[in-house]
Amino acid sequence: MARKLPSTDVVLVGFGWTGAIMGQQLTDAGLDVLAIERGSWRDTPTDFAPTFIQDELRYRYRGHLFEETARETVTFRNSADQEALPMRKLGSFLPGTGVGGSIVHWNGQTFRFLPYDFEIRTQTLARYGQTMVPDDLTIQDWGVTYDELEPYFTEFEALTGISGQAGNINGQKQPGGNPFEGKRSKPYPTPPMKQTYGPTLFAQAAKAEGMSPFPCPSANMSQAYTNPLGVTLGPCTYCGFCEKFACGNYSKASAQTTIIPVLMKKKNFTLRTECDVIKINLDSTGKRAVSVTYVDAQGEEYEQPADLIVVCSYITHNVHLLMTSGIGTQYDPQTGKGTLGKNYCYQLTPSVDVFFDDKILNPFVGAGALGMIVDDWNGDNFDHTGLGFIHGGYIGGYMTTGRPIETEMVPEGTPKWGKKWKQAFVKNYLTSMALALMGSTMPNRANYLDLDPTYRDVYGNPLMRMTYDFKQNDLKMQDFAMGKMTQIAQAMKPREIKKSPRGPHYDIDPYQSTHNTGGAIMGANPQESVLNRYLQHWDVPNLFVMGAGAFPHNSGYNPTETVSALALWSANAIRNTYLKNPGPLVQA
Amino acid sequence: MTRQSFLRNSSCAVIVAALGVSALTMMGRANGQGNDFAQQQRGRYLAAVGDCAACHTAENGAMLAGGRPIETPFGIIYSPNITPDTETGIGSWTSDQFYHAMHDGIAADGSHLYPAFPYPWFTKATRDDIDSLYAYLRTVPAAKYRRPDNTFPWPLNDRTAMIGWNKLYFTPGTFRPDPKQSAQWNRGAYLVEGLGHCGACHTPKNVFGADKSSEAFQGSDIQHWFAPDLTGDKLSGLGSWSQQDIAKFLKTGKTDRTVAYGPMAEVVERSTSKMSDDDLTAIAVYLKSLSAAGSDSASSGSAANQSSFGATLYADACSACHQKNGEGVPGLFPSLKGDAVVQSAKPTTVIRLILNGGQAAGTKASPTMPGMPAFGWKLSDDQIAAVATYVRGAWGNKAASVSASDVSDLRKALKDASSAN
Repeated sequence: MARKLPSTDVVLVGFGWTGAIMGQQLTDAGLDVLAIERGSWRDTPTDFAPTFIQDELRYRYRGHLFEETARETVTFRNSADQEALPMRKLGSFLPGTGVGGSIVHWNGQTFRFLPYDFEIRTQTLARYGQTMVPDDLTIQDWGVTYDELEPYFTEFEALTGISGQAGNINGQKQPGGNPFEGKRSKPYPTPPMKQTYGPTLFAQAAKAEGMSPFPCPSANMSQAYTNPLGVTLGPCTYCGFCEKFACGNYSKASAQTTIIPVLMKKKNFTLRTECDVIKINLDSTGKRAVSVTYVDAQGEEYEQPADLIVVCSYITHNVHLLMTSGIGTQYDPQTGKGTLGKNYCYQLTPSVDVFFDDKILNPFVGAGALGMIVDDWNGDNFDHTGLGFIHGGYIGGYMTTGRPIETEMVPEGTPKWGKKWKQAFVKNYLTSMALALMGSTMPNRANYLDLDPTYRDVYGNPLMRMTYDFKQNDLKMQDFAMGKMTQIAQAMKPREIKKSPRGPHYDIDPYQSTHNTGGAIMGANPQESVLNRYLQHWDVPNLFVMGAGAFPHNSGYNPTETVSALALWSANAIRNTYLKNPGPLVQA
Repeated sequence: MTRQSFLRNSSCAVIVAALGVSALTMMGRANGQGNDFAQQQRGRYLAAVGDCAACHTAENGAMLAGGRPIETPFGIIYSPNITPDTETGIGSWTSDQFYHAMHDGIAADGSHLYPAFPYPWFTKATRDDIDSLYAYLRTVPAAKYRRPDNTFPWPLNDRTAMIGWNKLYFTPGTFRPDPKQSAQWNRGAYLVEGLGHCGACHTPKNVFGADKSSEAFQGSDIQHWFAPDLTGDKLSGLGSWSQQDIAKFLKTGKTDRTVAYGPMAEVVERSTSKMSDDDLTAIAVYLKSLSAAGSDSASSGSAANQSSFGATLYADACSACHQKNGEGVPGLFPSLKGDAVVQSAKPTTVIRLILNGGQAAGTKASPTMPGMPAFGWKLSDDQIAAVATYVRGAWGNKAASVSASDVSDLRKALKDASSAN
C-alpha cells in the first residue's frame, strides 16, 4: 500500500530540461512545485568535472549518463507482423537519466522548426493537392502556429544564450543567416561560433552550388553569456566532447548551466531524486488527476497528491506513463481510431564522407554544434512538385568531434579490422569529414507505440512497444537529399567520397539520434490528438505533457528548441489562463 | 565548508558549559525588553552581519539550536543552542546577561566562554545593537537540543583558564569612533572590527589563538585555507581593488576578476549578501584605508621560477577555464593574473583548491555557482607544486614557488581533517 503524502500545488514528473523550465515558470507564479526525478542529483563540478568527463569509454561506450535498460526499456519491431523484442542495450537513441535529463549530453545544435511544420497538412494540401498526402501519411497541423510560438523561441534563446547568425529579423533578410527561417523578432543573443577549416570548405562548396550555407545555431557558447536569470555560461573550448558527454566548462546550455542554480534556491521548489513515478492516478470521474505514485530507492511506494501534474520525462517515458496509467485511448493502426501512441516518428540521418589528401581538418578541434548548414532542401523550402514526397532535411557540414574511439573515417572497401584498417584510419583521421542529413520522417498509419503483451519492466508494468519503419515518403526524401549531399561533397573536390544511406528498414541498433517524437501528440481536436495546443491533456485538464512526444511529425531539425518553445508557451498558458480558472484551455 | 569550522586558531568556546544546570540556576524567564518589531528587525539584520548561524545552526539542525562541531587544535567543541528554549537554550537569560556574554565573554552562570565565540570582536558592539540582537533571538522558534560535550583535554576543559587568557589578550570596550574620520569610515570600522569579526579569520593568531594585533587583517592560515590579506598590499591584499570591487564582492560573491569560494563563499551567502549597500560601501571605505603591511609585496616580491613542466600542466589542466592568459572569465572563472589569493604569502589556498576543488558563492544578484574540480586524485605532489608555482609567477604575478612537500603536507592535513570528521 502506497503511503500517502501531503498534497502540493504542482508535481513535475522528471527533472530534466522541460522539468527545469516548468519548475522555474511555475514557482515564479507563486506555486509550490515538487519535482520527482528517478535519477540522482548531478552538478557540474561534482559530476561533470573536466578532470574526468572526457572519457569516451565511460560515457560513450558504457553509457554512464544514459538510462539503464535493466530498469526501463522499449521493445521493438519494424512492423505489426513481427514479434517485438526488448532493447537490452541502448542503440539508435540514448535517453538520459538524472537531474538535467538528456540535455546534459546533447550536442547543442539548436533550430526552430519552420512555419510550414506547424501547418503542414493545410499548407501541403494548398500547394500540392491531395495527391501528395496519401491516406497512410497521417500528417496533421499542430494547432499552434510559428507566429504564436515566436516569442517563446526567442525566450528560449535568451535563456540559453544561443550563438548564431539570424537570417530573417522581422521579415528583413540578414546576410549570412538562414534565408529560409521563420521571421524572428530578435537576433541570437551571442555571435556564431568560429568555424574551422572543414565546415568552411563545406560552406564554400555549397555556396558554389547555389545553396545558402549559414553557421549552425549553437548552444555551445561562442563567448561568455549571462542569461536573464543572472546565470553565466562560459566560452566553449572546442574540445569536441558534447554529445553523449556533459560539459565541464559551463559552455553548453543545459538545465544545470541556465536554470538550476536559481531554481534550487527557491523556497517553493522541492526536488526529490531517486524516485520513479510509475502511475498517474485519476479520480473516479477519470477527468481529474489527483496524484502520482512513485517508488523510491528503498522500493517503498508513495502517493503524492497535487493539483496540477506536469509530465516532463523523456518522450518514451511520458507516453509509457500515460499508457500504464490508462489515460487516453490507445491508437489502433487497423482502424486509425484512438490517439495515444499515434504518429511516432524518428529521423533519417544518412551521411556522405569526404576524404582529402591535402587538406588538414584537425577534427579534434570540434564542438557539438560547430558546423555550417544548408537548409535549401528542408521543409517546404523548395518545390516538391513531381518528387513524390514531402518535407526534407538540412545538410550539415559539422566538425563535432575527433574523439579517438568513435571517430572512424575510413574509405569504402577498407577492412573492418587489422593492419589495413589501422593504416586507413591513420591516413584519413586528419583529412576527412562527414556531411550529414538531419532528415525529417513523416508519420505513417503503421508506425505507433503501444504496450508490449510479453515483456515487463522492473516494476512489473508492460514495456512500451515500438512498431516503426521508414516508409516510402522517408526513403524517397532520403534519395533526393543524398543527391544534394553528394553534389556538395563532390564540389569540395575530395580524393574520394563514401555514401552511407540509412534503410531501407529502420535499424534500432546503431546510434542515429535521440530525436524520438510523437505518441502523445498535440492538435486541434481530441479525435486527432492526445493534447490540445497548450500541451494540456484533452481528457484530464489538470494534466500537461511536455516534450517531443507532442510533435505530430518530426521535422528536419534537432528538436530541442521547439520542445523548449512549446514548454514555455504551455507554461505561459498555465500562468495566465489556467490558474485563474483551472479547466480545459480549449473546448473540445 | 562553513565559517564555524575555521575558527580553530582562536581557542575555543561555547556559551554555557552545562546548560541543564544553568537553566535551573537562572532567574527564570526574564524578558525585560518589550516586543518591539523595529528592534527585532534591526537584530535580524545584525544577526546576518555577525553570521550567527554559521556556528550556531548545525547541518540539518534547527535554526540557531547549536550542535555544529568546531574543530580546534585543542579538540572539538560544539556550538551551543541560542534559541529561546529555557532548558537547553538561552531562554532564561536576561538582556543584561546576554550583553555580558557578548561584551565580556562571561555566560549567564558566570562561567567563562572560550574565544572561539568571538567576544573579543563582539565587545565592540554597542549596547543598543546587542539589545536588538537579543530581541531578535527571542523571536526564533525555541528548539530543545543539547549539544554534545566538548572534547577538550585538561587544563583547557577548565573554563577558569580563560581568566588568564582574557588578562593577556582581551580588552573589553565598545567601539569608539575616530573623530578624524568620516561617519562612513567609522561605520565600516565598527562593522569590520565588531559584529562582522572579519579579523577572526583574516588576522594572524599567536599560539594561544589570540590575534596578533600588530598584524591586523594581514591574512592568516585557518583550517587549511589562507584567509587573505585585507590591507592595501597591491599583490596579495586589496591594493588593486576599488571600493566598488569590494562592495560588489561582498554583495554578489563575485567581481569581474574573482569569485568567493571556500569559507568566504558561505560568509557571502549567509551574511554579507544580506547587508545593505550603504554598510558594504562603508566596509569597503574602511578596508581601503588599511595600509599595506610593512613593505608592499609588489615592490619586494619576486616571481617564482617558471618551468615548462608547470606551463604545460597549466595549458592542459587549467587553461580551458582560466584561459591561456590567466585572465579567466568574468563572473565565472577567476582571473589568476594579479589575483591576491594566488599571490598570498602562504600558498595554502591555491594548493588546497587544486587538491580538493571548491565551489563559488551563489547569491541572488549572481546565482551562478561555478566549481573548481578537484585535481588531488589526478595530479601528483610534484605536478601540483609545478602548476601552483607557475600560476604564482606567470603573467606578472610575483610570489614564491611552491614545493612538493608543501603539497604533500597539506594533502595529509586535509586527509586527517576529513577522517577526523
